[in-house]
Amino acid sequence: MGMPAAGIAAPGVVMIVAVVLIVLALVYFLVATIVALRRISSGLDEVIVGVGEIIEKSAPVNEIVLAINEQLDAGVDALEGLLVKKAGLEDSMGLIDSVYPGAAAAGLRNFPESAEIEPPHIGETYTLGTLTLARLGREAPIAAASPAGAVLRNVEGGSLAARELYPSVRHTSPQKLPRSPVIGTDAPVQYEQREDIGAPRKRLPTRPPS
Amino acid sequence: MTLWWIGSIVLLVVIFPVVVYLLRAVLESANSIVPTVDGIADVARAGSKDLDAASLLITTREQATQTIAGVADYGGSLDQIIDDAVEA
Repeated sequence: MGMPAAGIAAPGVVMIVAVVLIVLALVYFLVATIVALRRISSGLDEVIVGVGEIIEKSAPVNEIVLAINEQLDAGVDALEGLLVKKAGLEDSMGLIDSVYPGAAAAGLRNFPESAEIEPPHIGETYTLGTLTLARLGREAPIAAASPAGAVLRNVEGGSLAARELYPSVRHTSPQKLPRSPVIGTDAPVQYEQREDIGAPRKRLPTRPPS
Repeated sequence: MTLWWIGSIVLLVVIFPVVVYLLRAVLESANSIVPTVDGIADVARAGSKDLDAASLLITTREQATQTIAGVADYGGSLDQIIDDAVEA
């Protein structure tokens, strides 16, 4: 009876040992895997928070950038149209090229044919620009701090608005202005008169030998 | 009896190493994901922080609108002041 019991016990012990080892390995590795998965889960939670903030902060960006682009497009259209309307397409390209050398090669966005135009000479463009500024005259809003400021070309207020462009105090109607200098015979300061001025020449100029 | 021995030895020599190998591979894979997820979390935080200035775009939009309105007023004045170009 002892031998069969011992014969059965020996492989049984081996199997029990093997099963115990397998169970221990399962426990060890599964617990370690669980710990790693928990760390992954917490890391993904942080990722989700960060991505959520990114989505929330970037949500209005598209709409705002589109609105800004629309405004800028409208500005470009208006300025290009005004420039071409007032100066003509050829002179417009010359003016652009005189201010930004080489920029005329790119042409105007709303006038594709402008890229093929050879811009006029810079001197001609400069002269045209100078005349244009001169034609604007004293009522030109060149020196205005803001385009939304005083109304120029106003029949009643245009003169004052124009005078305000210059560093003068006359438009403020001051009580007393500095006196202008007095010249002439009644001037308080008389300079010594030279006797040789207006008198006949003492020696006539000689002709160089031919 | 012989089958009993063979089964026990197979269990101990074959099954146990295979189980250990597979579980260790799973654990290594899981551990390799952890630093990657931590890196993604850092990037997400940095990206979120970089977008803090996105709210300023609202101010930029308002300023662009005001600027273009000023340009339009200015252009309208110039349109009235300056004569149109004469076509040659």
